[in-house]
Amino acid sequence: MRTSAVLVSLDRAPLLTVTPLQATPLASIPRLPWEEVRGAIHEVVASGGRILALFGHVFEGQERPDLLVVLGGLHPGQLLLGRAVLDDDRFLSLTLDCEEAHLFEREIAEQFQVVLMGHPWLKPVRFAPPWRTGQAAWPLPETGAPVPGSGDFYKVEGEEIHEVAVGPVHAGVIEPGHFRFQCYGELVFHLEIVLGYQHRGVEAAILGGPHKRTLHQLETVAGDTTIGHATAYCQALEALAGVTISERAEYLRAAALELERLANHTGDLGALAGDVAFLPTASYCGRLRGDFLNLSAVLCGSRFGRGLVVPGGVAFDADAERVKTMTERLDAAMVDLRSAVSLLWDNSGVIARFDGTGAVAKDVARKIGLVGVAARACGLERDVRASYPTPVWRTLGIQPCVEEQGDVWSRAHVRWNEAKQSGPLVRNLLQSLPTGPVRQPMAPLAADALTVSLVEGWRGEICHVALTDGQGALQRYKIVDPSFHNWMGLQMALRNQQISDFPLCNKSFNLSYCGHDL
Amino acid sequence: MLSDALQTVLHLLVAFLLPPLLGGLIARTKAFVAGRVGPPLLQPYYDLARLVRKGSVISKTTTWVFKAGPVVSLASSMLAILFIPLGAHGPLLGFSGDVLLLVYLFGLGRFFTASAALDTGSAFEGMGAAREVSFAALAEPAFFFGLLCLCRITGSFELGTMLGPQLGSAWIAASAPLAMVCVAWLIVLLVENSRVPFDDPRTHLELTMVHEVMVLDHSGPAFGLIQYGAALKLQIYAAILVRAALPITTGNALTDWLVFLAGLAALAIAIGLCESTLARLKLTGIPKFLVGAGLASAFAVILLAR
Repeated sequence: MRTSAVLVSLDRAPLLTVTPLQATPLASIPRLPWEEVRGAIHEVVASGGRILALFGHVFEGQERPDLLVVLGGLHPGQLLLGRAVLDDDRFLSLTLDCEEAHLFEREIAEQFQVVLMGHPWLKPVRFAPPWRTGQAAWPLPETGAPVPGSGDFYKVEGEEIHEVAVGPVHAGVIEPGHFRFQCYGELVFHLEIVLGYQHRGVEAAILGGPHKRTLHQLETVAGDTTIGHATAYCQALEALAGVTISERAEYLRAAALELERLANHTGDLGALAGDVAFLPTASYCGRLRGDFLNLSAVLCGSRFGRGLVVPGGVAFDADAERVKTMTERLDAAMVDLRSAVSLLWDNSGVIARFDGTGAVAKDVARKIGLVGVAARACGLERDVRASYPTPVWRTLGIQPCVEEQGDVWSRAHVRWNEAKQSGPLVRNLLQSLPTGPVRQPMAPLAADALTVSLVEGWRGEICHVALTDGQGALQRYKIVDPSFHNWMGLQMALRNQQISDFPLCNKSFNLSYCGHDL
Repeated sequence: MLSDALQTVLHLLVAFLLPPLLGGLIARTKAFVAGRVGPPLLQPYYDLARLVRKGSVISKTTTWVFKAGPVVSLASSMLAILFIPLGAHGPLLGFSGDVLLLVYLFGLGRFFTASAALDTGSAFEGMGAAREVSFAALAEPAFFFGLLCLCRITGSFELGTMLGPQLGSAWIAASAPLAMVCVAWLIVLLVENSRVPFDDPRTHLELTMVHEVMVLDHSGPAFGLIQYGAALKLQIYAAILVRAALPITTGNALTDWLVFLAGLAALAIAIGLCESTLARLKLTGIPKFLVGAGLASAFAVILLAR
């Protein structure tokens, strides 16, 4: 891996090296022309780095948005920040050289009405009204926003090709999304996924905040990742306010995060078994997921951990009795989980379905910037808990669970290994809770500052970038849910697969629609 | 003992009233294994009663074919079951060569179900029809070679005789071919009735369905007919398989009926256990099993014909 010394040695380093949760004055980030920043991003990505966030923001008094970029993955614990000026509504796309920028650039084009020249697939991400009037990259109807799912789809031509359209209304009780398959008989040549039906305007609602509602909105960015997103948000506010939370609060947050992981991984393993009609594990895990969710309820009264994580710490303390109850129940559930999941691995029929299905090659995974379980299943060691640890994770020392094949089996196996890891982690965290208060008073946020907050949610890397204005209010809050990176992975996984295996592949990724749609 | 008139009434009742119960028994078995209470045994009847009371939504793009699908398919199954002996009681209809009619009645029903599916113009249903017909084309030889075996053993082309009392003694003379036929027919039964490991009747995932996806657009009474037709079809295959595997004719009508019904129940429970413990095959794996079943049946014929 090359180091960023290359970049530093340039006359003007286009990127600023920071650490997560560091309140960086906005003025300290070099503001350079897009071409220069674009080149720097390309260079970082080419030497093994990755894009954590790339977004626009129209600063006060400006006509066009500045583009902000957060890069990582080069040095453990270090991030690179860049800020680019646009002198035209049309500028050269980065996706041409760096595929993982694909969706970020579409988002920028949608929000700020700019045209990314050369972008291979410039179409709306969420079918939301633009934030600024500029040069629209696609025709806009009078209502201001195109209807979700409208527009061109990638098409394969031919007599024997047929198109299958699934959704946005699905047969199961799941979120809405549209899937367009180009098929040759049962074989899928190409899958295009169109989302945006769940767009609620979360990022816009936060502007000028933090408001009273902001925390609750952040908890429901993706409802199954309440702890993940709430922690990312609270960490960002604490970093901007210069507040250090107590060790006890940090331990409780970590325990809740691992419980969330445990519950969701268990649910996913059960759902994967259900998709191949293997009832024993499906029935068993359905119950066990509930058991793990109930542990969160013991901690804070909510099965999804709503209201637990607050700026300054956590809102609920775990007394000795509660810790005892939780540990006992956790131990019992872990024993059951072990036997439930071993049924899955011992069944040759299940293995035959999982093995080799929906494989994503490692280099493809790297190119499109997968994160979390999906990335680790492809052999990429991407885990925020290991690469950008907060103090508690540094103490615990996480070894990312990695598999090599990138198929459904690998994704299931990563989940299982992580569940096995999380159980003892929760136990350790609860057993070794440091004494002290769980909540600190918050202070006002630093003015004109930026901070990047990273959390390894159960799906993968959650990245929040908070920018404050001169009064210390949030002038921009960028949320990148792991699903935003990973939906492309599902599309790639389906290439040359049986269309009948789509539900299984989909479940093995289990991505969030609302986390993507914001 | 039971008079013939009474047996005929019993025969009709078993033929037309019993089928949904098999589904109920399968569901109960699965629930038991999963540690759940499960739906009532009579739930399929309640479902049918609910469906016939409902209204139907019929797509404007469809023609009469769409409406004819469930009707013709059910009618062909209802006719087919009359040619099947239930237990030791002979069939209600029969003639030499009715075995061919049986196969063609199944074909007719399938043709109309698949046509009704294609009539909707939905990509899902077209896919389901393609799958159903491909698998049926592979399942038919397995079924047919088995029938051929029975023709050879009993020297008759009439189902009533082929599955009649002679079969009991044939098991002593030709146990190996008959056993192979039974295994092949079990696979055919599971495939034709969309059971695990070949299909998953429980799934809501359209893209993985085989049979269910063809009937997605049917609703209300039409869907009720389809559900009832599916139950009837399962009963026909089950009756043939139970009769072939358990050709016990004691001479006591009551005992014969009880043996037959116990055989049906055991088969339903076996299907339930299968579904509780097996994972579904990959769709591309199904033809391999069907070809295997076809080879087993064909080999049974060769064994008998040598």
